[in-house]
Amino acid sequence: MKRWFPLAVILVAVLGFFALFRHGEGSFTEAEKKTIASLALTALPKPPPDPSNRYADDPAAAALGATLFFDVRMSGQGNVSCSTCHQLEHQFQDGLPRGHGLADTDRRTMPLSGVAYNSWFFWDGHRDSLWAQAITPMEEPREHGGDRAFYAHFMKREYGERYQRIFGPLPDLSAVPEHASPLGRPAEQAAWKAMTGEQRDGVNRVFANIGKAIEAFERSIMPEKTRFDRFAAALAVGAVPDKDAAFSELEVEGLKLFIGSANCSTCHNGPRFTDGQFHNTGVAPVPSLPPDHGRAEGVKLVAADPFNCLGRYSDARPEDCGELRFMAKSGKGLERAFKVPSLRGVAGRPPYMHAGQIATLEEAIAHYANAPTEPTNGSELHAITLTDRGRMALAAFLKTLGD
Amino acid sequence: MSRRVLIVLVAAVIVAIAGWQLAMRVFMAAPDDLDLSLSKKSATGLYAVSLTPEQAPIREGVLQSFLLTVKTADGKPADVLRIEIAGGMPRHGHGLPTEPHVTAALGDGKHRIEGFKFTMSGWWQLRFTIDAPPGRDEADFNIVL
Repeated sequence: MKRWFPLAVILVAVLGFFALFRHGEGSFTEAEKKTIASLALTALPKPPPDPSNRYADDPAAAALGATLFFDVRMSGQGNVSCSTCHQLEHQFQDGLPRGHGLADTDRRTMPLSGVAYNSWFFWDGHRDSLWAQAITPMEEPREHGGDRAFYAHFMKREYGERYQRIFGPLPDLSAVPEHASPLGRPAEQAAWKAMTGEQRDGVNRVFANIGKAIEAFERSIMPEKTRFDRFAAALAVGAVPDKDAAFSELEVEGLKLFIGSANCSTCHNGPRFTDGQFHNTGVAPVPSLPPDHGRAEGVKLVAADPFNCLGRYSDARPEDCGELRFMAKSGKGLERAFKVPSLRGVAGRPPYMHAGQIATLEEAIAHYANAPTEPTNGSELHAITLTDRGRMALAAFLKTLGD
Repeated sequence: MSRRVLIVLVAAVIVAIAGWQLAMRVFMAAPDDLDLSLSKKSATGLYAVSLTPEQAPIREGVLQSFLLTVKTADGKPADVLRIEIAGGMPRHGHGLPTEPHVTAALGDGKHRIEGFKFTMSGWWQLRFTIDAPPGRDEADFNIVL
């Protein structure tokens, strides 16, 4: 009996060793602690400046932008505002598979928290600033359904004084038709063509400034501290996370999987849980919608956008436009690649993916574990083995990013 | 008998710990013996190449630029015709998220290359393929964030 005593001691030690590395807050390795700290909100710097918008941090512009954001008159039929889809009470999104302004669109409405940190906007990054993004849905027939001459007249009529206090004199719009746009209906396009270069430039400038005011407002929409951040803060100072910072055993397991073998933090990294890039993760297209090429199309559209960083309505110097100048314009990785969304608040905004293809968080986790092959261009995902408990643990962890 | 079991068991524990440590290193970090030098000979020895980050430390998620100095084997500035840039993360199987390119030839074999973006921490590999009169050759550099 005595001869077996050392063996028993070793057995207990081995079991204890593995137990220590499987459960409990004290079980994180130094590398894991470093990764957890990199995901916490404390690691989030101040929003970067936007050199393309000199009004980006102007409080008066932000106040005007907030007004415009909620004004349904900023639309073709007077019934759609930015907040129709970007709803304040729902993380600035709408909970629908695909956004609906005047009609159904082809893609999911994106939430706005922390949007000031983005380099690219929309699921395919077809705009390179928040102001250029903000004006795009205004002329889209299925969203606001307006035209830029109308918006210029509307600004002068309804917000002229506030506009001029921020942006300076409005252009002479007396000879500008009520409705005109290089996009939109044939009559609007014809009216646009009939305008002088100076008139078109004046209207474009007012249109760009509408976007710049809205950007100034949207830059204030920041991620809020969650239970995960409180947990990470306690961990960082070597304290035991308790009360509103405590994690259950399942949540700890989920966090370990997230930053470990489930490979989630490969793309969902940093304090916003996104690398800000575009990836093809094999999400199936919606059969009833036209083909969506994702980033492959987005790079062409942003390069051609007259309101991009290098365009005449941008306040940036060319050297400030690095993202656009050094953008990856070709390669296999772009086809059907879509932007990695932030996971903050993710449990509170089903359905998931760029066209709302996946209804629940659990199914989204299953998608990443199963890594289905993508019909045309291949997915970047590699299948992983996740037990039922592992799936539950990941879902439990993701919920800590919203409470 | 029991002593033999004991020895086997202790050995098994050691192997398990070592294996686990090794797995962590393999999946979480760059190899220990990674060549992190920023000055080296090109693959077939045609050039002496050195890489200098223009921003230190290198940060994740923001555009970075480097100076690449290319000299011939006898130490004279190379008359560079073209520099191709490639790279990526060997452990993650993806390339560079941007298309960096030479934006200025600064003389004395020195070139500014802008547009690098490191979108995550870990081991990144950068490959510069140099075309100059002595021939075409490449130099690989490792960056660990």
